[in-house]
Amino acid sequence: MSKANLLDRRQVVSALLADRKDVVAIGGLGASTNDITAAGDHARNFYLWGGMGGAAMIGLGLALAQPKLPVLVITGDGEMLMGMGSLATIGLQKPSNLSIAVLDNEVYGETGGQTSHTSAAADLVGIARACGIADSRAISTMAEVEAFAKAVHDLSAGPRFANVKIGSASVERILPSRDGTYIVNRIRGDLGFQPI
Amino acid sequence: MHARADASDTALNWPDDIFATLQRFDVRQVPYVPDAGHSKLIQRVLASSTMRGIPLTTEEEGVALLAGAWTGGQRGVLLMQSSGVGNCVNMLSLIPMLRFPFLTLVTMRGEWGEFNPWQVPMGSTTQDVFELSGIKVLRASNATEVPAVLEAAAAQVYNALTPTAVLLSQRLIGAKVFTK
Repeated sequence: MSKANLLDRRQVVSALLADRKDVVAIGGLGASTNDITAAGDHARNFYLWGGMGGAAMIGLGLALAQPKLPVLVITGDGEMLMGMGSLATIGLQKPSNLSIAVLDNEVYGETGGQTSHTSAAADLVGIARACGIADSRAISTMAEVEAFAKAVHDLSAGPRFANVKIGSASVERILPSRDGTYIVNRIRGDLGFQPI
Repeated sequence: MHARADASDTALNWPDDIFATLQRFDVRQVPYVPDAGHSKLIQRVLASSTMRGIPLTTEEEGVALLAGAWTGGQRGVLLMQSSGVGNCVNMLSLIPMLRFPFLTLVTMRGEWGEFNPWQVPMGSTTQDVFELSGIKVLRASNATEVPAVLEAAAAQVYNALTPTAVLLSQRLIGAKVFTK
């Protein structure tokens, strides 16, 4: 895999959220959730610090509850691999307002950079497509990122999946809130729900 | 196929009692890994115009789904068999972290006339796994107990954010008889 032209993760996430309007964004644990924070803290950001493998399913539950809102899951290859079955669960439900973007640096970044399965074995785009998510894209240019970012807002044409090859260099951590109850209630409040 | 259950006229209606309770509490998302003991309830959910049945590839997906559902304003319930409980353990940590209402209905294996030894380990540890995970355990052992237990469980989950697992005894659902 050529390292020369890999995209910069912060640039990718910034583009995905640039004109986010009413998007609810879910960040899988690890660097992805820091990238979302770096793009700007927002009442509709769901920062995960645990539950590895669960990001896409949290996205599905939210998307089904709020069919008129675009829901965007941004996560890493390791986190997506742990929840690989959820691609079939999502492919079966076909929520048209759900988008999943995997930032694929082919390593487990938080734990010392060990090689992940996507470097030499697993093709997440092929997996997503074979699980019933017809719009599954391999992305390697910023133009493709921007096109995907725009498509996120089309509530009728999802679900959609993108695997974005990014460089494996670590970037400065920008840490979001670790308080899960704050995170959930902030989103619920922004959607008009009261606490119990 | 199902025998070793207490025979009774009311015995066959308990899934309908569960469905009625879920409906009353405005449950909308019902993730499940299909289980024979839940088949009638699953049928009612799939035929419902208010609830959405969501088949999972593994039970832990349902825990994360319910967290997302609540964040988006909807209540849900996870249906599974005791063998699926172990698959959920790390994902159960979302419950104290996010404080979403968590209700699960678990059909029990490995505890009453079981023929399959592979069901016994998880059936035997289900209650402890839930309690170690901070989830309260209630049990319905016969059909007449089901309405009250479901009502209590749903009330404490949705009104008090008390995570609760209802164990539906193998004696209630009936043990499968593949061999005598």
